[in-house]
Amino acid sequence: MENAVVVVVGADKPGIVAGISSELAMNNVNIVDISQTVLRGIFAMIMLVDLSKSSISISELRKKLQAKGKELNVEVLVYHEEVFRYMERI
Amino acid sequence: MKKFSGIWRGYKMKYSADEIIEVVRMLSEEDLDIRSVTLSVNTLRFISDDVKRVLDKLDSLNPIFDKFSSAVDRAAEKYGVKIVTKRVAVTPIQFFLETLNQEDGLRIAMKLEDLAANNRIDYIGGYSAFAERGFTKGSSSVLNTMAEAINSTKRLTGMINAASTFSGLNSEAVRRFVDNIFDMKPEASARVAILSNVPPDSPFVPSAHHGIGMPEMSINVAVSGPGVIEKAIRRNSPSTLEELHNLIKRTAFKITRLGELIGKAVSADIGVEFGSVDLSLAPTPKVGDSVAGIIEAIGIEKMGAHGSLSALALLMDAVKKGGSTATSHVGGLSSAFIPVSEDAVMSERALEGYVDFYTLLALSAVCNSGIDMVGISKRQGKDKVIGLIMDVLTLGITLNKILGVRIIPVDEEPGSIIDLGGLLGKVVVMKLKDANVEKFVSLNGFIPNSIKRLETG
Repeated sequence: MENAVVVVVGADKPGIVAGISSELAMNNVNIVDISQTVLRGIFAMIMLVDLSKSSISISELRKKLQAKGKELNVEVLVYHEEVFRYMERI
Repeated sequence: MKKFSGIWRGYKMKYSADEIIEVVRMLSEEDLDIRSVTLSVNTLRFISDDVKRVLDKLDSLNPIFDKFSSAVDRAAEKYGVKIVTKRVAVTPIQFFLETLNQEDGLRIAMKLEDLAANNRIDYIGGYSAFAERGFTKGSSSVLNTMAEAINSTKRLTGMINAASTFSGLNSEAVRRFVDNIFDMKPEASARVAILSNVPPDSPFVPSAHHGIGMPEMSINVAVSGPGVIEKAIRRNSPSTLEELHNLIKRTAFKITRLGELIGKAVSADIGVEFGSVDLSLAPTPKVGDSVAGIIEAIGIEKMGAHGSLSALALLMDAVKKGGSTATSHVGGLSSAFIPVSEDAVMSERALEGYVDFYTLLALSAVCNSGIDMVGISKRQGKDKVIGLIMDVLTLGITLNKILGVRIIPVDEEPGSIIDLGGLLGKVVVMKLKDANVEKFVSLNGFIPNSIKRLETG
């Protein structure tokens, strides 16, 4: 399994989860885990997604998700899971 | 229902939101990036007494340079981490010039420049020589041609190791180095340094060269994360020195791990051995990415004020302990650089007078910045500059440390600012003490290797 972490932050409105997850589904990227919250009108979501069956590379996925984020007016960041494993685990 | 609830027993996300946010904040807001991935290559196998053969053989490096460059781009894309520069280190040119004529050095310099430019390499290090005790034909030829070689290139860097704990300090090498930098354009003098105890695997320029005892090729990594440490201190405001030390140590651990991840990824991608991570904190001129900023966050109002050295020593100790836990491949200089022009807070404090040459010398006792990226006025003459370099290198051999000097001689008066742009930043021309030191700096010979040398016997 090759995972990526997707972080989405921005002003809350309907359709953010739908927009991001449909972009993932379109590229055959599976959501492994998801955590989402809204605090004082700010939407924040963290997703762990599985890239092993993805039809595109992580950098292409990053570009697509960021383009989608622009449409939804939210910031989208995509990092490879290994970054978190290296920095947060011994 | 029972079957379903089983899935949730003991469930938690693989990483907590705090952990994820910490990493994302470091990478996206606090300028944590990889300063450089450096490919170190043995070029000694291309040695010949026919310069045409050397140049032809150097051409055979094109494929590996190209492969390396693409692998670095791929790693940046894959991990979403910024990699600021790609560098190559080659065997010091000195060894080629032992048999070739010194003019051939310039032809090799141009070849190295082309190899770098053609393969998207930002800097190529190796117009370098060792002359701690005296000169060979090769080291002498490097010192005869350094100014011309560096002036006529944009990516080539060079280093003279003029002092070592083992061999002492060669005063003539210092004088000849100063002659060279006085003949260089400001941008060129930023690409050369004079050192004591240069390490064989530095990923930083100008010290980078493929050292003796290293494998055929290796990947060395430099990280940059002063912003991350400064923000962590400001956010947590630790109330004791131990808490402060621990916080820096934990942060340095994470920074170093990122370096190791990227280094190993590039190394696996191109099948070249992973060499080392340089633990050094390296600033950029960007606001919020400053080593001096960390010292000020610790509670020194202006870097250079009393207490700065103590704070810096604590920072260095914590960085080294955190970093060395994070990787078993420690290399390069592994301390802190405080290049004055490349650190926004440092250059400000230099202008205000809180940081002068003696402050930098004192700080060098606990880090390895030496005197780095400081302007001097050519009007003050060469002797004082030679004296300044001898001070730094002597400190290097007395304390058994890696120290260097990278200064920018300019025509302007002390107190002026020269903007070199980009990563090099604004160079402050600092005033050298106005007293005559000609007699001392003209003395021939070498400063003996210190008692530290005898400890190794």
